[in-house]
Amino acid sequence: MQLTLWSYEGPPHIGAMRIAASMEGVHLVLHAPQGDTYADLLFTMIERRGQRPPVSYTTFQARELGGDTAALVKDTIQATYDRFKPRVLMIGESCTAELIQDQPAALAQGMGLPAPVLSLELPAYTRKEGWGANETFYQLVRGLLKSQVPTPGSERKLRASGVRPKANLLGPTALGFRCRDDVVEVTRLLDSIGVDVNVVAPLGASPEDLLRIPEADINLCLYPEVADQACHWLERMFGQPTIKTVPIGIGATHDLIQEVGRVLECDVDATADPIWSRMPWYSRSVDSTYLTGKRVFIFGDATHVVASARIASEELGFEVVGIGTYAREFAREVRDAAKRYGVEPLITDNYLEVEEKVAELHPELVLGTQMERHIAKRLGVPCAVISAPVHIQDFPSRYAPQMGFEGANVIFDTWVHPLMMGLEEHLITMFREDFEFHDAATPSHLGGSATSGRPQTTPAGPADSEAEAGEAVMTWASDAEQELKKIPFFVRGKARRNTERYAQERGIQTITVETLYDAKAHFGR
Amino acid sequence: MSAAEAAARDQASSTCATLEITRERGQRQVFCGLAGIVWLHRKIQDAFFLIVGSRTCAHLMQSAAGVMIFAEPRFATAILQERDLAGMADCNQELDRVAAEVLERRPDIKTLFLVGSCPSEVIKLDLGKAAERLSEVYRERVRVIDYSASGLETTFTQGEDVCLKSLVPQMPQLPSGERSLLVVGTLPDVVEDQFARLFKDLGIGPVHFLPPRHATEFPPVGDGTSVLLAQPFVGETLRALVERGATLLKAPYPFGIEGTLAWLRAAADAWGVSSETLDAVTAPAIARAETALARQRQLLAGKRISFLPDSQLEIPMARFLRRECGMELVEVATPFLDRQLMEAELPLLPEGLRLVEGQDVEHQLDRAREDRPDITVCGLGLANPLEAEGLRTKWSIELVFTPVHGFDQAADLAELFARPLVRGSLLKV
Repeated sequence: MQLTLWSYEGPPHIGAMRIAASMEGVHLVLHAPQGDTYADLLFTMIERRGQRPPVSYTTFQARELGGDTAALVKDTIQATYDRFKPRVLMIGESCTAELIQDQPAALAQGMGLPAPVLSLELPAYTRKEGWGANETFYQLVRGLLKSQVPTPGSERKLRASGVRPKANLLGPTALGFRCRDDVVEVTRLLDSIGVDVNVVAPLGASPEDLLRIPEADINLCLYPEVADQACHWLERMFGQPTIKTVPIGIGATHDLIQEVGRVLECDVDATADPIWSRMPWYSRSVDSTYLTGKRVFIFGDATHVVASARIASEELGFEVVGIGTYAREFAREVRDAAKRYGVEPLITDNYLEVEEKVAELHPELVLGTQMERHIAKRLGVPCAVISAPVHIQDFPSRYAPQMGFEGANVIFDTWVHPLMMGLEEHLITMFREDFEFHDAATPSHLGGSATSGRPQTTPAGPADSEAEAGEAVMTWASDAEQELKKIPFFVRGKARRNTERYAQERGIQTITVETLYDAKAHFGR
Repeated sequence: MSAAEAAARDQASSTCATLEITRERGQRQVFCGLAGIVWLHRKIQDAFFLIVGSRTCAHLMQSAAGVMIFAEPRFATAILQERDLAGMADCNQELDRVAAEVLERRPDIKTLFLVGSCPSEVIKLDLGKAAERLSEVYRERVRVIDYSASGLETTFTQGEDVCLKSLVPQMPQLPSGERSLLVVGTLPDVVEDQFARLFKDLGIGPVHFLPPRHATEFPPVGDGTSVLLAQPFVGETLRALVERGATLLKAPYPFGIEGTLAWLRAAADAWGVSSETLDAVTAPAIARAETALARQRQLLAGKRISFLPDSQLEIPMARFLRRECGMELVEVATPFLDRQLMEAELPLLPEGLRLVEGQDVEHQLDRAREDRPDITVCGLGLANPLEAEGLRTKWSIELVFTPVHGFDQAADLAELFARPLVRGSLLKV
């Protein structure tokens, strides 16, 4: 058993639902107990959809368990087909149905329905939502296209000269973080370099659209968490190259343009200028100087974490002090990135471990998911959301992509917003006794008052108590303690840790004001 | 027509027998009982709810808890892993470990609920045994109680019923010869305080509430206990209380002026309080409520309403909206109809009402589309899709999260139904 306060991902059948809900003409029948229909409100409330997701449930209860649940499955499948007439029917099980083993997919196959029936294996006790979405999309693409696979060795048809090349955008889904606007932005970006979009899938696609996937010259794997299996299969079977760069951030967007140009052998240099991004100038303007070296902790799905780390370090001048992901399937990408920034990767889906890590690192900004918002609030650290899982406010009404040049604009504003503004930060350092601009005050542009909880007032986390126990031999002289309080609060935790480390390494028992400044000079910030 | 006149007319013309109840089976668009934890953990302040279940259960809880994600909640899920499904002995050790982890993180917890789910029911994990064992381990410090709120057995608010039922064996014995009034069903603190004042003014007492605000302060129960139900979904709890000697005071539920007055009268009669005293004590609150309710009645009178099944609150709500707000009932559906609990409510419903127990959601939606009521009461999975079809909705979960009982909340209750109509007429986009 795993103690879970908050889970980063739902069970795998939620991933399957996201694929079904993204598409037209596809219906999912889920063998699931009464109550599992709660998942509908993820789509109708969090994403505010005006239609019910195309999912029918068997909603069995205890009284049915004694009887014939298999008959219930068959009745539900028949009724679902008769009512919705889907062009593709998917059959899956939720965690409880997996235990009673009614084999609903086998039952459906034997019913002679006049539509393709796709059986989904969703191991609910070992896999999670992201895996479920990836698997479902792959099975769908493979199931529909396997009869079209050309014979091995046959040449891929060359694109006629003078015709614009075409790309598929694969991976955007319902309940995906900013997928809706990313698709618009990437379509605009490709258009600016003379590339058309062939199929966007699964978001907005029909089974017929999936059949047109092989017509494109390349596949953009925009969300590897959802589409990497399908892209890999398409590359092997149809020889369609996969563009793996995810265009989040200015640098990554340029890389994408270059990669597309290289693969399609077309000239993209004319549009290399980020004509509609203000972000590079904003980041260079002197007002942003105070952002330099801000210590940032990044957590989320692998794609958004890796992209965010690059933006943070190369485009905003932050210092990445920790990165991690909850998606074990993509841990390698995050490990590689962690190496680049010289930090330890945190690969965990345990919310408590993330909380512990944030408390230990004392970052000045947390970039994460809805859950890190909770952690950051508890620890009194500014926070911005970069990845699913997210709540209703991150399915905004306004245009808010993360990808491409406009995405970079959005990211600049979103990440800088929770930070204290430059002059305010200076004033707090200069006038410690100020009754309005004091340590515990939240950034004044965020409103609120001085009442917000500071780390000192929140209950000590496990990390704190451990640290105290380990350092019992070392004490702070009272004047050193006083001096420490003069350091601005958002770097004070780091200063305390560095000083203690410095003292420990030199066997210093009592930390004095001198030790504090020695350590400061030693670590040099 | 006043509420009293309406009551007299219905007493004469309508009986339970004339109500045709249609039973429907099929896909049910409802929550499971785990959702009850969302409000129970706020009410019982020193309790922690540990669900033993799957990732789905954890996901449900955080989706249902919504904005509470920003607070440190007193519930969590012990998620079953592949290896837990292999052998049972291992499961018990695992549960002990997880419980220890919870209690270490929250040393302030006095009661730990082990809550069963569909997966733990299907694999027949014995949480009763586990609770006994853990109660021994944490003796004097933490009481460990188990109940099951799986979707296999419970629908939404029934999750409260099974939780309260699990508390009944913990309640101390009321000494014989003593009497007390026990109000059963979660009430918001403000409403609980209002009722406590009214009972005091009527000279009825001592009065206890179940659930208590702290799980360490269990009310006593015995032969002298008279039970008033504040919520219509606590049938199992009632039967457990009756087994311990308690007696049910039959009454409609305290929604609206009529319901609240009749509910108080049941207690007054049992305590031999005169009608004059009851009228005198309740008169100021009733006068206030009538003034406030009149405004909402103008908005609601003549409007047609349908209820989809959700919480078992549908029947008393429909009674209130028809008799006190002048609404017309198109269809009233409830997930589960307990005749004993609805004995005083059913005669107050109009003859020929389309009353449905259970659900087949697609057919029910077809009927709603055909009826086109002015308001459809339904869950969050259906509300926006129906709005997109041009039907005004009232999402039903709010009815269990908002103070709606008693005289002083009668107008607030009506306003919950009037608000979507007002909004509909305000918006010009």
